[in-house]
Amino acid sequence: MDSINILTFFVLAVFVGFEVVSKVSSTLHTPLMSGANAIHGIILVGAIIVAGHAESAGILILALLAVLMATVNLVGGFVVTDRMLEMFSGKKKASEGAQK
Amino acid sequence: MSLISVEVEALLYLFAAVCFIMALKGLSSPKSARRGNLIGALGALVGIATVFLAEELRNVGWILLVIGVGTLISVPASRMVKMTQMPQLVALFNGVGGGAAAIVALLELRAADTPGFLIAVAFTIFIGSISFSGSVITFAKLQEMMTTRPVIFAGQRYVMIILSVLALAGAVLVVLDGNLVIATLLLVVGLVMGLLLVLPVGGADVPIVISLLNAMTGLAVAASGLVLGNTLLLVGGTLVGASGTILTRAMASAMGRSVNNIIFGAFKGGSTAGSTEVSDRPVKSGSAEDVAILLGYAQKVIVVPGYGLAVAQAQHTMYELAKALEAKGIEVVFGIHPVAGRMPGHMNVLLAEANVPYEVLQEMDEVNPQFKTADVCLVVGANDVVNPSAKTTPGSPIYGMPILDAGDAKQVVFLKRSMRPGFAGIENELLYEPNTTLLFGDAKETLSKVLSAVKAL
Repeated sequence: MDSINILTFFVLAVFVGFEVVSKVSSTLHTPLMSGANAIHGIILVGAIIVAGHAESAGILILALLAVLMATVNLVGGFVVTDRMLEMFSGKKKASEGAQK
Repeated sequence: MSLISVEVEALLYLFAAVCFIMALKGLSSPKSARRGNLIGALGALVGIATVFLAEELRNVGWILLVIGVGTLISVPASRMVKMTQMPQLVALFNGVGGGAAAIVALLELRAADTPGFLIAVAFTIFIGSISFSGSVITFAKLQEMMTTRPVIFAGQRYVMIILSVLALAGAVLVVLDGNLVIATLLLVVGLVMGLLLVLPVGGADVPIVISLLNAMTGLAVAASGLVLGNTLLLVGGTLVGASGTILTRAMASAMGRSVNNIIFGAFKGGSTAGSTEVSDRPVKSGSAEDVAILLGYAQKVIVVPGYGLAVAQAQHTMYELAKALEAKGIEVVFGIHPVAGRMPGHMNVLLAEANVPYEVLQEMDEVNPQFKTADVCLVVGANDVVNPSAKTTPGSPIYGMPILDAGDAKQVVFLKRSMRPGFAGIENELLYEPNTTLLFGDAKETLSKVLSAVKAL
């Protein structure tokens, strides 16, 4: 990838990142942080590439450590965010039930 | 030999990146939040599948095995963690992500040849390791494995300056030379700096630091995408870096803090002094029956729940008490401080868990004018969020943080475990006011006593 393409991607992604979260209520700060946290677990893709190209046992072990850490970040991040948000939707159902 | 063409690979990564954008967008509104998170997970799944199809990989068996192990560790951990302990789990997840980015960059050093790539490698190693060690310390602070008060030692500022110079010099050498030993040293310097950056941060500011470290990990991941020439890492990491920065600022302003003050405040010294000592000044303590009478003959009660309520798992009992009071025709409102609990919005999650209906939860701006007309303000396991020193004492660590004006109510009742100060480690003047009654004990136990006393009235 040439550097001008990279710069284009980077600048556009910065603006999108700013834009999508600009109006968020404080109620959702915690789930949003947790969800964003899960997204950077995508470093797993990088860890897989490095582990898949490893030539020596030492490098492989280090790379697999990175795979492990990234998996925990990615999978755990999405699961814990879902659990938080499950309670929000559960609350909605409970109040709907109360109205009936 | 790869199974899919470069074009298909790029399209799949584009799809995954769009999923991430939709995920962040979805998470910004209550209705679409859960779906947003699932879309994000779908994007990640597509991204992972693509890398297996597109790259010529060795050791695939090992990689799949380790991914399996990681999943087996993290799923039960995230499903079983108590909701009160969720902030430190998020901090830990963030830390391991940063650590993974640093390792990836370190291993890619040999492949990087142009200065641009080498700069990205040095950046990822440094930022990733700061994020890792910083997150581990925030975890330890939130888990109360160490003191929640700022840890400051003489000359900390000079140590930081020396380390910064070392890091810069190390980064320059890595870029000029691509030397693995120096890159490893850079990693170590990053780890130490992460430690020293977070140690001086006071307990109440820890959530903001988690958010900041989250944004930093995002940037480290983006830079590693640059190193590997992978668009998904670049876009995903940048999105988190940018949105995390905005989120950090939003959180800080909800607490009336500036990010600079939180990170560098302690180094200036003086202002963050707190106390964990138990004061022996006289307070008025009452029995569960006294409190029941105060509540039972009130017309309007405002409940201010705090972390102590959640720790005691007293949300359900609290809600039952509120229902019992409402049955007597008493108006009950919950005043939720934006940072009640340990993170912004944390208390809403905790109360939602106890099925407390959304309508009775009122945000700070709505509830503050109502304290003047309230007969009783019942503060359950909260302290810092009603501490008037945030308004009156400029030297206080929480000075400037917006608070709930509990002191405006005719009577204030504190349910507390002890006279120990709150998470920020500062004395609360409100406890010594003549119209304040204290009821000591575990929140769940005392609340059920108050509940049966109210029913007996």
